[in-house]
Amino acid sequence: MKSLAELAALREKAKAEVNLRNNGEDKTRVVVGMATCGIAAGARPVLAAFIEEANKRQLKNVMITQTGCIGICKLEPVVEVYVPGQEKVTYVKMTAEKAAKVVTDHLINGQVVTEYTIGTEQ
Amino acid sequence: MMPELSLNVLDIAENSVRAGATLTEIRVIVDTASDRLTITVSDNGCGMSQEQIEHVTDPFFTTRTTRKVGLGVPFFKMAAEITGGEFSIKSKLGEGTTTSAVFGLSNIDRMPLGDMAGTMSSLIGMNPDIDFIYSYERDGTGFELDTREFREILGDDVSLSDPGVMTYIKSYIDENTEECGGTV
Repeated sequence: MKSLAELAALREKAKAEVNLRNNGEDKTRVVVGMATCGIAAGARPVLAAFIEEANKRQLKNVMITQTGCIGICKLEPVVEVYVPGQEKVTYVKMTAEKAAKVVTDHLINGQVVTEYTIGTEQ
Repeated sequence: MMPELSLNVLDIAENSVRAGATLTEIRVIVDTASDRLTITVSDNGCGMSQEQIEHVTDPFFTTRTTRKVGLGVPFFKMAAEITGGEFSIKSKLGEGTTTSAVFGLSNIDRMPLGDMAGTMSSLIGMNPDIDFIYSYERDGTGFELDTREFREILGDDVSLSDPGVMTYIKSYIDENTEECGGTV
């Protein structure tokens, strides 16, 4: 059995880092569409890629959440990125690879990946 | 049609979340002797009325008001029935819903179980304020994950939505599944 001690270690680590966190409203939100349409189109690996990248790069000011069907099922998996003070960016037909690029280019370096956005697709 | 059963489970369990469940149990039982794979999703959510139960497997029935189709339950039902299996859904208003799908384990049309670890880490991480139980049993050996137990270890310091915790949940399920003879 995998040890639960690792889980306790995560708690200790988080306690040590608690002062570095910002709990304010200034977090960037990444919202993945996870209704039947999104799931069938491959939203779960996209969500997993965002989590993995956020974990790997220790992004503390990014919140990854899910939502239901946004109404553009044929463009799923859909991901919306809300950076505080900026216009919402909608990425469509996402994959795990594209998600990794959105993390590095958009979330970290502030450059919208225009080629994946809904504006480019339509 | 979903390419793997774990995606059906994710979709069905999202219904439990939306039904206001505080505890959702997902149980997978593999029984080679009877050539059966059984997946059960049960919750303590708001349940369904008799009328809703009667229509729930109809793709053109949905409780949503935004559009007229709801494919989650019909997909899961079809995935079971094409393998010579069975599907049932029991529900009581105010008490909860139990969805059960039985698959012909060796049937050529049975989709692989797939990434259950990914399904559970998404479910738990995206709904960190409610509880989930996941159990996997293959021919008598199995394991169980209970978020209430995890919550106790993590205390108030770390949320179940923490990326590190989600990664841990995924590897917890993957490694324990391997120890129970692997996935199907």
